[in-house]
Amino acid sequence: MQFTFWDILRNLLLATRWTIALALAGFAGGGTVGLAVLMVRIARNRAARTGARLYIELFQGTPLLLQLFLVFFGLPLLGLDVSPWAAAVVGLTLSASAYLAEIWRGAVEAIPRGQWDAAAALGLPAWRQARLVILPQALRIAVAPTVGFSVQLVKSTALTSVIGFAELLRTGNVITNATFAPFTVYGLVTLIYFALCFPLTVFARQLERRLAWG
Amino acid sequence: MHGWPVVNWLRLYGVALLSGAATTIELIAVTTLFSVGLSVLGAAGRRSSAAWCRAAVGFYVELIRNTPFIAQLFFIYFGLPSLGPHLGAFTAAILAMTVNLTAYGIEIVRAGLDAVPAGQREAARALGLSRTSLFLRIVLPQAMRVIFPALASQIVITMLESAVVSTIAVRDLTYQADLVQSRTFQAFRTYLVATLIYLVLSILLRRALSRGASLLFGAGIG
Repeated sequence: MQFTFWDILRNLLLATRWTIALALAGFAGGGTVGLAVLMVRIARNRAARTGARLYIELFQGTPLLLQLFLVFFGLPLLGLDVSPWAAAVVGLTLSASAYLAEIWRGAVEAIPRGQWDAAAALGLPAWRQARLVILPQALRIAVAPTVGFSVQLVKSTALTSVIGFAELLRTGNVITNATFAPFTVYGLVTLIYFALCFPLTVFARQLERRLAWG
Repeated sequence: MHGWPVVNWLRLYGVALLSGAATTIELIAVTTLFSVGLSVLGAAGRRSSAAWCRAAVGFYVELIRNTPFIAQLFFIYFGLPSLGPHLGAFTAAILAMTVNLTAYGIEIVRAGLDAVPAGQREAARALGLSRTSLFLRIVLPQAMRVIFPALASQIVITMLESAVVSTIAVRDLTYQADLVQSRTFQAFRTYLVATLIYLVLSILLRRALSRGASLLFGAGIG
């Protein structure tokens, strides 16, 4: 079978759907778990705070590739039969939750202490102080760095090719083996990643500027 | 076999993993040496008066920062040989890591230089300092306070990302872990130990960078 340039591009673009799906799943999962980690990270209980800090440092201090391996080979030890897709989603969720919790903690700590005191003075219990007073304000600060992190997340999806998930890069490997045109294939792969990430980078920068103006 | 199973396991396979860790350290050390110098040059290029030079450096920085390291590595290792000479895996890994770290380094150095107030330069010029000593003795030491923490984090991130070079058969820590797990069929245990070694490496690397920076630029930087 003969691959033309357009065949290569079409197959890569089809595989890009999986890269996007994985990034979205990782973002949704990471956002949900990250919010929980954030609540523990800013809790009153000192031991809970330390636990959340160690969780974050563990994921930020080790390679994502190894985290994916641990999920991929570790979940079967618990009796769960995992597909590369499931392992990829779980791995990215855990990693993203640590990064997002840390980004959001920065935003929460940027809110003046007096806001907590005022909310407490209104008689709100701790978690409602966070939910009704602090988080809505912190959200405004957190949007730009969160969009910035989404660039990192899209790039991270490429690592799941190593555990066998057929996203953009793995499809590139397969096409290279069939066409012996690594320069064209990996060149296109790189450009497609750029086309996904660069608009997000520009958007994050605009948000940052808007926030700086107030 | 005596003693605890964990101790026996480490005795059998620890050496292989540590030799991989040594390669990982070698990779990041060489990459850091190349990248720091190139980042300063690149930052100078980004502030150059020639528009084409600013644009070229800007394009390079955006291209690298908006694509995955593993795709850059594959492009360099598998794709580039069709244009020129074949690169060995280790050379390709160093090249890819340097290209990657330098792109982040340029932005970090540039932000650091921008953070030094213009008055500092004017004062130094008024005192009659040459351009070189103005940069080396006035601007750079102050910029280092902004540059160092960000650059150190980025170097640690690059070290962690270097796990990917195992896929092109560079014998780093991850590659050795791959070998051990294929021999023992104990994938989880092997990768867990390797992951913990990476954690220790990232803590040690951060310490070593702090130490190095305070030796080079005086106390208060690390």
